Amino acid sequence: MSSDQRRDDKGQGNRRFVRVRKSCKFCSDKVDYIDYKDTKTIGSYVPERGKILPRRISGTCSPHQRMLAEAIKRARNAALLPFATD
Amino acid sequence: MRVYEVMFIVAPNTEADVIDSLVTQLSDVATHQGARVTNVHRMGLRRLAYPIQKFNEAHYIVLTIEGSGAEIAEIERRMRVVDAIIRYLTIRIDEDLKRADKLKKQRVARAAASGGHARSRRGASSGGNAPYVESNDDEEDE
Repeated sequence: MSSDQRRDDKGQGNRRFVRVRKSCKFCSDKVDYIDYKDTKTIGSYVPERGKILPRRISGTCSPHQRMLAEAIKRARNAALLPFATD
Repeated sequence: MRVYEVMFIVAPNTEADVIDSLVTQLSDVATHQGARVTNVHRMGLRRLAYPIQKFNEAHYIVLTIEGSGAEIAEIERRMRVVDAIIRYLTIRIDEDLKRADKLKKQRVARAAASGGHARSRRGASSGGNAPYVESNDDEEDE
């Protein structure tokens, strides 16, 4: 009970955003090469509009984002992923 | 020696035996020039992300070719001529594979190093580290 109250006080006083650290999914899965034919994996980094999901949102690390971008661009040429959708 | 992945997309109204003959024909072109076709991967009939020549689906075929690079030009020229092939894409993958191999080796080495370090620090309790690394390797290979 007392601990609940304390938490409430904290919430009303200085509200703090605890940012959850985003992590690179490819690093945790230990992926060394992102295949452009693997649309299941790549597709999750291409939102509705067909653009490449930015790093700041997905949390992908720099080397993997580079590989991912390359793979997405190849997949687009092979009509596996859309260039743009309205 | 270079490794290429040649993907070509065949119109959906093409018959299966025509596709087969296309695959053998292109493979023959490669082998005649001294290259080796290491893998033929048929991804089957797939939906296209956008229409190509008013087709909404098509057959995907991927050839993995090991060679000098000269045969790729000939294969691409052949593919351009065939009407049934509505799109093709050739990528060179040996450098990517080499880099992937290097990264994997580095990771294994790092895991081994940190495992050894932990063992020396913690003694017998971290004996389970080494099998863990090995099981990781197995996952990679699958």
